[in-house]
Amino acid sequence: MISKATPALQVEPAPALPRRPLAGSGGRNLRERTIGAVLFAAGAVSILTTLGIVAVLVWESLGFFRRVPIGEFLTDTRWTPLFEPQHFGILPLVAGSVLVALLASVIAIPLGLGSAIYLSEYASVPLRGTLKPVLEILAGIPTVVYGYFALTFVTPILQPLVPGLGVFNALSAGIVVGIMILPLIASLSEDAMAAVPRSLRQGAYALGATKFEVATRVVTPAALSGIVASFILAVSRAIGETMAVVLAAGMTPNLTFDPRESVQTLTAYIVQVSLGDTPFGSIEYQSIFAVGLILFTVTLAMNVFGLWFLKRYREVYA
Amino acid sequence: MSLASPLTAPPALLRRRRKGMIFRAACMGATATGVVALVVLLADIAVDGVGWLSLTFLTDPPSRIPARAGIGPALAGTLWLMALTAIVTFPLGVAAAVWLEEYAPRGWLHTIVQTNIGNLAGVPSIVYGILGLAVFVRWMAPATGGRSVISGALTISLLVLPVLIIAAQEAIRAVPSSIREASYGLGATRWQTVRHHVLPNALPGIMTGTILALSRAIGETAPLIMIGALTFIAFVPEGPRDAFTVLPIQIYNWTSRPQDEFRHLAAATILVLLALLLTMNAVAIWLRNRYRREW
Repeated sequence: MISKATPALQVEPAPALPRRPLAGSGGRNLRERTIGAVLFAAGAVSILTTLGIVAVLVWESLGFFRRVPIGEFLTDTRWTPLFEPQHFGILPLVAGSVLVALLASVIAIPLGLGSAIYLSEYASVPLRGTLKPVLEILAGIPTVVYGYFALTFVTPILQPLVPGLGVFNALSAGIVVGIMILPLIASLSEDAMAAVPRSLRQGAYALGATKFEVATRVVTPAALSGIVASFILAVSRAIGETMAVVLAAGMTPNLTFDPRESVQTLTAYIVQVSLGDTPFGSIEYQSIFAVGLILFTVTLAMNVFGLWFLKRYREVYA
Repeated sequence: MSLASPLTAPPALLRRRRKGMIFRAACMGATATGVVALVVLLADIAVDGVGWLSLTFLTDPPSRIPARAGIGPALAGTLWLMALTAIVTFPLGVAAAVWLEEYAPRGWLHTIVQTNIGNLAGVPSIVYGILGLAVFVRWMAPATGGRSVISGALTISLLVLPVLIIAAQEAIRAVPSSIREASYGLGATRWQTVRHHVLPNALPGIMTGTILALSRAIGETAPLIMIGALTFIAFVPEGPRDAFTVLPIQIYNWTSRPQDEFRHLAAATILVLLALLLTMNAVAIWLRNRYRREW
């Protein structure tokens, strides 16, 4: 904060330091440079992590695609890698992930957006100070706990209400994943709304708008890019979500959009293979890398897009 | 306000106000839903599990007989994993944050590393599990012992490193530049400035970030299943190269069994895990408030 107030005094990195060694400071400079190199190495670990993820996924996937043609992988509608005859069509897994993410969005987007509007426009400051941390607790609960909750609480409650609902079903998985990503949407959207200048609100009030009209026709459109970014990041989180979905939706690759049925998501398949004793180098082992590659590509693309969107809105009001 | 009082207001305005009241109630309901969901979730787990908690439950090995089952090895595995993860991530994360904030010239390299850390924070945890399986369990098997607690800790370290770096960066950024300037003015080198002034002042914030990163680490399940922590473990790991299991995996294992007794054991284990998480968060909040400084 202070640095912003005194820009003239701020120490800029590297260029501000003397480059020429002072008399008798050779050892001191060498030490400085060594430390700089060590610190850079630590920063480079994150780059190596990304490169490692890409290299591992691509390398093992290449082995997989030598055995399964990529066309069959993308278009076949059967996924039966663990029994004969083996089929490796990823569509059922993609459908499972999409179904769960859709159900989660149906829950989390209206509730998250409603919460954000309430926190930003209606709640008093102390109430907001209490509610925000409470919602953040929801985001901090381990996902396996949501799985337990879905399987032992949500599904038994839904079964009498929804005829034909199985023990494992996409519906309760979607509901708990929705609860899980709700705080993300609420928190990011609220940040975006808080960044809308007060003058916009005051202008609308001066023209005779009610609070509802200010919230829905001024603040929400003005914060729209931040809100949309929060949706994208939350859906990406839902697609990458694993344990709650494994426990609640089951392990049945199923090309369906019926939320009452058991489905298998991309993530759940990877877990299923890991649970068994799959030998390194077998086609089942390689298949988790191909599925992982799809998962990584989709979530990375959504995150990059979402963060780009966020940055855009920051440029408008910052 | 007298002009627009409800009694004299035209019907159109009354309609607009009614709409506003309904909308306000709907938004309040949306917020309440999240809070109610949290309360129901915690109450459900407490009701299911509290009767199964006992001291022997914390120390006994798991068993096929529910009444005798405990979480000793899982609890020990979680503590092992946390300790090793802290040892790996703390120096790496702080060093990376110092490099980004104090050393790196603002340019393409800085931008790439910073953007990359932001994107890594959004990679699904199971993808880290795939990386850990290929790198730590397979390639580095001679060093790590394969499906061992050190392989798990290294995998989880990569997973939480972005969280820690971002928190440490914020803590370092909060140290006012006047402190750095004073240090440079007295002839200190960059490292002396960082070592003696920036880091000590940023330490409480860095510790808070570390604890929050570790509290994410102890809830992780999927990457550890990937690297093979889901074997039946009836003993406590004695070294970093030993096989292990952790609390979330024990929870998964018991939840996925159909018998009610095991579900109760799972709920009791969740209570232990949540208690651990709550303690860590309380320490983090205490640290933050205890050492908060207004510059």
